[in-house]
Amino acid sequence: MLRAEKICYRYDKDIPLLEGVICTINSGEIVGLPGPSGCGKSTLARLMAGFDHPQSGIIFCNDQALPASGFSPVQMIFQHPELAVNPRWKIGKILAEGNTDCSELLQRFGIGLNQLERYPHELSGGELQRITLIRAMTPATRYLIADEMTASLDPATQALIWQTVLSWAKSRQVGVLAISHDASLLNCICDRIDNGFCLQSPSSHLREPIAA
Amino acid sequence: MLEIHNLSISFQRNRASFDRETLSVVSDISLSVQPGEIVALIGASGAGKSLVAHALLGLLPANATMSGEFIFKGKRLSPAGIQELRGREIALIPQSVTHLNPLTRVGKQVYRSARLSGRCADTAHTSCDRTFARYQLADTVKSMYPFQISRGMARRVLTATATAGNANLIIADEPTTGLDPEVSEQSLAHLKELATQGKGVVLITHDLENGVQIADTLVVLYEGMTVEITPARALEENDLIMHPYTRSLWQALPRNGFMSLPPTPSSSTLNRNGCLFAERCPQARPGCRQSAPSLRRVNHKLVRCNHVAG
Amino acid sequence: MRAPSISLPRVAAVTPIPRLTNRTRAWLACLSCITFLVMLFVAAALLGRSGLDIDFLHRKLAPSLAYPFGTDWLGRDMLTRTVLGLCRSLAIGLLAAGCSSVISIVLGIMAGTMGRRVDSVLSLLIDTVMATPHLVLLILVSFACGGGPQGIIIAVAVSHWPRLARIIRAELLQLRESEFIHLSRKLGKTPSWIALHHLLPHLLPQFMIGLILMFPHAILHAAGLTFLGFGLTPHEPSIGMLLSESMRHLSTGYWWLAILPGLSLVFTVKLFDILGNNLRTLLDPRTAQE
Repeated sequence: MLRAEKICYRYDKDIPLLEGVICTINSGEIVGLPGPSGCGKSTLARLMAGFDHPQSGIIFCNDQALPASGFSPVQMIFQHPELAVNPRWKIGKILAEGNTDCSELLQRFGIGLNQLERYPHELSGGELQRITLIRAMTPATRYLIADEMTASLDPATQALIWQTVLSWAKSRQVGVLAISHDASLLNCICDRIDNGFCLQSPSSHLREPIAA
Repeated sequence: MLEIHNLSISFQRNRASFDRETLSVVSDISLSVQPGEIVALIGASGAGKSLVAHALLGLLPANATMSGEFIFKGKRLSPAGIQELRGREIALIPQSVTHLNPLTRVGKQVYRSARLSGRCADTAHTSCDRTFARYQLADTVKSMYPFQISRGMARRVLTATATAGNANLIIADEPTTGLDPEVSEQSLAHLKELATQGKGVVLITHDLENGVQIADTLVVLYEGMTVEITPARALEENDLIMHPYTRSLWQALPRNGFMSLPPTPSSSTLNRNGCLFAERCPQARPGCRQSAPSLRRVNHKLVRCNHVAG
Repeated sequence: MRAPSISLPRVAAVTPIPRLTNRTRAWLACLSCITFLVMLFVAAALLGRSGLDIDFLHRKLAPSLAYPFGTDWLGRDMLTRTVLGLCRSLAIGLLAAGCSSVISIVLGIMAGTMGRRVDSVLSLLIDTVMATPHLVLLILVSFACGGGPQGIIIAVAVSHWPRLARIIRAELLQLRESEFIHLSRKLGKTPSWIALHHLLPHLLPQFMIGLILMFPHAILHAAGLTFLGFGLTPHEPSIGMLLSESMRHLSTGYWWLAILPGLSLVFTVKLFDILGNNLRTLLDPRTAQE
């Protein structure tokens, strides 16, 4: 179980963005996290993946605090895959950084072996997102946090990616946190939708000094 | 207003130390935009949507080669001529504020784009004020820097930069990506409004739902080719005579069944002799791999498929 | 609107203007630099040092076939002096640029990785050196080091590092915040592995281009110092010395004493500058294919 326990987080010394947030993902469960932009979804995702640290509260992964170093059982996928890979590496090396045994996943995602010899800028966004997924979908991964993972992909690629991820997660009892503003997508893929974390209405903070 | 015939774009890229190869990225794209019409270019990333926009604006990099025919307002244009129209007759609504100069105040950038579109200093000021009022941007926003404005405001500022001049053709590049429903709704409404004013709008998007929602015509691209040109309402009416790719996109929407296709074979193994979609097509027949289909008229739409029938 | 197939006549087909690609240009620049260096060293070996002897029979001769660069007021062959002077300037420039780039990479890495306090101290140092007028710093340091070749080398090394150090620092700070580095950490990679595999491949091209672009600067400033009289001794030929001596004779119409050595210095500097700029476009993935 991945559990965020009474998390508080604020940028600067401003209004808190997250306060007392509780969020739980069980093994093998797909949890959806909807909400308008600016309400702290992405921040919560970064905290739960251990990219940032909350000012108070703890993140537990299977009753232990998240490891500070070494392989993290919680892996994260971002919206823009081109930022998540080293532009000077070939695809093969990018994959090997996380996942050394990925022939089956390559096949399921439809990545040809000749793609491994290419550079990231030679692949399309959809292909690159599949590469970052394969890199994160290792046997040691227990939880996957997908922050707007398919927001810039076409419907056919979106369906392909999610179906592959879902079947993989179910077969290995991996918990998935899906963040999206597309309510119909979340309804389609999630076991449970976590609605109750938004602290305040989105327009009341974060660089919105003038009401539109 | 604008017609593009058989646009093809290829790139030269380095292979070995002295060797270069030519990659054909966009081949044979045709589309036309009438005043007051919204044409949505729909396709996966890498299908060549943004290249078409770049070609229209004359922004292709130096290693690209383009061929084809542009007809703008009845006049045939060379690729150099198309560059003359950039910012004057053809304006781009960029995707995000990263396309604005981060060190210049927003108001000044809108004013500058009005000036560059050929307005004199006086009318540029009034049109700048008018667009700010039109998009409900307070006067204080003018003196803000791009990093200070929220996403919703950013959309309106970007629309303002494109409409402060008097461009007749607006190209909107992914106007809804990464926006929550409220803001993307508003962004699309503004495009719709531009079209009702008689401007032509080219909407570039990967999101089929947006296209169906506001566009009049959908142009579906697959691997750099037009596979279908269809009136947008045909999809909503569940008109099943359509290209298998369009249909699979439609059926992959979460509300329509979330059905996926087998993954794309990587592009180097694509068989350029036959139908490009044959490898993934649920209705492919043996003949599809041998003969490349050309666009043909089926009922009131153009489809590039060997076997769909009216 | 039946769209014909691609093979039909293209109406507004653009014939691509035959223009050199960035890569061809970089190759050409590289080739011409190497040819130039080889020619220079071969010329130096062939000419030997005999042209440096004083010969009062052939004083102040204008350029001719026998003396392509003319002779000076002591009858020394200007071609020999220019070639030897250039060799010397190149050697000094190379040493100075090398020392300077070592300083800049060490300080740049320290500023980019050792925390905010070290960074602010080093940034202050960078700004101070950049704000000091170049020539004043050069003169002061070379004078303090007692002049001569080592004075020039130290002076150039001490005054040229800030620009490259700043580039390396900025690159490192940007890399450290990038998503793929964060992800690499979460994939269980150690800091040293990340430094070796992620950071180094990004820093090396920046460093090499910085070094090549610093090289012409160093040559120019070494010549400048000698010209002002803070550098090399008069009996060894060097471009700066040639130019400085020729000043006395310029007004009396002996133009070749200054123009030809000066032009050869400009040519050398420009050649390496072009090489550096071409390599930069080649190593940037966005411009490499054009």
